[in-house]
Amino acid sequence: MKIFDLNFDVEEEPIPDGEDHDLLENIMDGEEVHDSPREKVKTEKEYYRNYVRSTQWVQKLILTENRGFNVFYFSVAVVSCVLLIGMLLFTISYLPRYGVENPESILVVKRYVENGLQETGAVNIISGIILDYRAFDTLGESHVLFTALMCVTVLLRRDSKNMRTQYEDFYTIRDEKYHELYRESIMKFVAAVLLPCLLLYGAYVLLNGQISPGGGFSGGAVLGSGLIICAAAFGFRSTDRVITRKTANLIAFFSLGFYSFAKGYVFFTGANGLENHIPKGTPGAILSGGLILPLDIAVGLVVATTMFGFYSLFRRGSIGGNK
Amino acid sequence: MALTKIAEIILLILLVVCAVGVNFGKSLLQAVIIFMSYSSIMCILWVLLESPDLAITEAAVGAGVSSVLFMLTLRRIHTEDLRMEALQQEAGMSDPVQIAEASQEEGSSEAGITGE
Repeated sequence: MKIFDLNFDVEEEPIPDGEDHDLLENIMDGEEVHDSPREKVKTEKEYYRNYVRSTQWVQKLILTENRGFNVFYFSVAVVSCVLLIGMLLFTISYLPRYGVENPESILVVKRYVENGLQETGAVNIISGIILDYRAFDTLGESHVLFTALMCVTVLLRRDSKNMRTQYEDFYTIRDEKYHELYRESIMKFVAAVLLPCLLLYGAYVLLNGQISPGGGFSGGAVLGSGLIICAAAFGFRSTDRVITRKTANLIAFFSLGFYSFAKGYVFFTGANGLENHIPKGTPGAILSGGLILPLDIAVGLVVATTMFGFYSLFRRGSIGGNK
Repeated sequence: MALTKIAEIILLILLVVCAVGVNFGKSLLQAVIIFMSYSSIMCILWVLLESPDLAITEAAVGAGVSSVLFMLTLRRIHTEDLRMEALQQEAGMSDPVQIAEASQEEGSSEAGITGE
């Protein structure tokens, strides 16, 4: 299966299709991209003319008339900064010293260190804590990420319905086309060398969370960075084949749903001395730690989708194009 | 052992220098790059503090994804500036000073906008 369009030749740039080329020429010539009535364009120009005038007035006001307010603002900012630093340093003085055992938290640490391997089946005790003892915290974190992605979508999603003017995506489209056609070959080469290693490393970190350092969040972040590098070097055409809006939604829904269901099940069967049906496996093997591996995969998929979704929404206002 | 200690002290000094330097960069892009190096130093410090889990996450999220998002935000802001410039040129007012003078000359109908 051919996933990525790798083009190493400097001379042989990808030739655009007929429609794309026409669109590009239109944009480069500065003609209107969208078909909108002339009256609307006129009112838009008038609006921007007034906007420029109003900003001029505001700038002049700030520069000349409100110099006293600026001095007041600066002094208040300095005083509040100093106060904040003092408060934080005062709070730090109450923390236990580095390397000294804290008598209040020693009980739970002792329990984790002594019984963690038997109770969770994970050699990496950090994974055991965050995905077994404290799994509901991680569930909340995953939902926070998902909520953040939804908020960014609400703020930055851009299609033909919610654009204020025809100039809204004028430069974005031009930049996209330019970068797709004339992307520097050094970026492409470095990305092509780096990308397989990065994706492999991400998958390794993700799947070995219960044995070695890493786990769902770190592995997912590395995978998401790989997707971002892919989109930055080879354009969004390469990633649109892997992640569309539909797949992103499905991944988020099924991962979070599986996580919630699995932890809810364990909450009612495995906790408080009740018998747990999920086998722990031999510690150190890749299929060990009970539910830790599937939960790692679920968290990693959500994090990777979120990271790539942020990038895609920031850059072009949609995940996987406006389809 | 002593070598690790010295490296740790050097890295901590660099950390403070980077944290202060973010505020004194000439451009916003410079500040983002200094912030990126701050995250990289923090990543090495996490390894020295024996928490490799945090080090991996710091390298991927702190130095990687968040810097990319900062740079994209800067790019969007500059795109806005370019658009405003193009609109000014299209309206026949390339010079901001010229616009200010023109708005002053146009009499009392726009006194509310120009604040005179």
